[in-house]
Amino acid sequence: MRLADTLRFARDAATGYPMRTTLSVLAMSIGVAAVVILTALGDGARRYVVGQFSSLGTNLIIVLPGRSGTGGFNPANAITSTPRDLTIDDAGSLRRLPGVRRVAPLAVGTSEINYGGKLREVMVAGSTAEFIPIRNFEIAQGQGLPEEDWNRGSSVAVIGAKIREEMFGNTPAIGQLVRVGDRRLRIVGVLKSTGQGLGLNTDELVIVPVSLAQAMFNSNTLFRIMIEANSRDAIPGTKDQVMETLKQRHRGEEDVTVITQDAVLATFDKLLGALTLAVAGIAAISLAVAGILVMNVMLVAVTQRTGEIGLLKALGATSRTIRLAFLAEAAMLSAVGALVGYLLGQLGAFALRQFFPVFPAYPPDWAVIAGLSTALATGLIFGVMPARRAARLDPVQALMKH
Amino acid sequence: MPLIELSGIQRRFLLGDTTVNALAGLNLQIEAGEYVAVMGPSGSGKSTLLNLLGLLDRPNEGTYKLEGRDVTTLSPDEQATVRSTRIGFVFQSFHLVPRLTAAENIALPMTLAGIPAAERNKRVAQALKDFGLENRADHKPDQLSGGQRQRVAIARATIMQPALILADEPTGNLDRHTGEEVVNLLEALNAKGVTLIVVTHDQGMGARARRQLVMEDGRLKADSRTANISNLAEISG
Repeated sequence: MRLADTLRFARDAATGYPMRTTLSVLAMSIGVAAVVILTALGDGARRYVVGQFSSLGTNLIIVLPGRSGTGGFNPANAITSTPRDLTIDDAGSLRRLPGVRRVAPLAVGTSEINYGGKLREVMVAGSTAEFIPIRNFEIAQGQGLPEEDWNRGSSVAVIGAKIREEMFGNTPAIGQLVRVGDRRLRIVGVLKSTGQGLGLNTDELVIVPVSLAQAMFNSNTLFRIMIEANSRDAIPGTKDQVMETLKQRHRGEEDVTVITQDAVLATFDKLLGALTLAVAGIAAISLAVAGILVMNVMLVAVTQRTGEIGLLKALGATSRTIRLAFLAEAAMLSAVGALVGYLLGQLGAFALRQFFPVFPAYPPDWAVIAGLSTALATGLIFGVMPARRAARLDPVQALMKH
Repeated sequence: MPLIELSGIQRRFLLGDTTVNALAGLNLQIEAGEYVAVMGPSGSGKSTLLNLLGLLDRPNEGTYKLEGRDVTTLSPDEQATVRSTRIGFVFQSFHLVPRLTAAENIALPMTLAGIPAAERNKRVAQALKDFGLENRADHKPDQLSGGQRQRVAIARATIMQPALILADEPTGNLDRHTGEEVVNLLEALNAKGVTLIVVTHDQGMGARARRQLVMEDGRLKADSRTANISNLAEISG
């Protein structure tokens, strides 16, 4: 029998018994839909967490003063064990490295902000113009810190949204002079409110030029140096270069620690990826159940159509023809089921995204492909036994069953 | 060379722990173009003989030569090919596939044999015309009368232009008038050279055949070709 004829024959046979066809298609589609929706949930969770981490800044390399971890014996360490300060010039030297896009030194301290008789304790971050883009902060009003010589430090400040609200209320904040510690600073910008995310809360932050902050806190050292690499791939190389450069500047002492957020992110990524896989595995069980149902339905079909099988044999059908016809029918049931399930699953994921817009519930491609192919494979595998049974029927016995 | 040559055919069935000899030492020759009626009481082995001739069943002993070729030793798939090209079946209960239209039922043997759709459509159109079913082409079997159903079945049996047509009680489910029509159709096919073997209980129909075989207990009790039987009706009971 020709392929097209086999398929048409199988299709007619399937549509000839609408009830059992609908039921097995339904079972298969529920299985596939479960895989699609559950992996969409799992992968959505992974994306959500990864997204939260990325909001700290992308391709970030962070330099901390002081060495954590154990190094080998270093003659330099023998002479002096106190770590050298991490200075603004150290940060400046990193700007020239090839893999680096942006560098922002960071000095941190607490101080008081005073305006119109109102006094409030605030966290002060001393940095440069590039701090805001590196950390993916957004400006709600005005602008960020000015581009200027890092050692100069004009008397300006960018304030968080909550501080603006508490200090200024409904009056405009931009251009106003406030007192921070013993300095008078002009407000040049207000940060957009970010709410409580991972990392520090910017709503109660005052950002000032780094040299100003150092003067305010009477310190020469930096709290951190933030570096943004050109790309994800450039991170390891840049990390080594940063280490090397700072080591040279500190007379061969490895007295800083360089970390990347990549390592943390990769761990979470792996963890939640494994979770998604586990969930997909559980959903796959329903596919196996659906496969057994298809087998059951096909066995019933063989019994129901015994007379027809006998007739086909009498009309000259070889056992291969009959086997193929029944296998094609099983494959068709699971293929249609898989397709319907895929659409149902996508619809479910779409509904999830509508109800929880922050949650990116997209099923991953691998899960969709694996779900569809498992459905087809189980349909075929569980179709083999009924098809063989049909092909082996004795024609004389089968014809009597009409 | 005879079309059919059976020699020493034995067919035994095991029913519980007793062995039933459905066919016992059967020898038979049928020439191409013959019109043979097989008669006899129930359980006499008529149907077993027909299944054997149609290669649906195998003998336990003996040889069956179809067109000079020993077909008992063929593999099931080779036998299927012989059934497909050389043998047409007509059943008492028509055996039409209920979900297929009349035209599709007629085309079924060609579909199974892998004949291209264009050729199939041509031959089905001709067959529908020959059997007066032009207006019934798209009807499902349950929309057809008994006579029409059996005409569809006969059209299906002849669509591959077989050398041999085996009919098992072809008029058994039809009233006298339609049965007569169907017999006329089968006889017309025989007149064109197709060998026709009919199993029947109907004395009248059996008498119309040019050769009558009477079976009893798996043996050939009488053969009108070898013996001049005048009281055939009496013998076949």
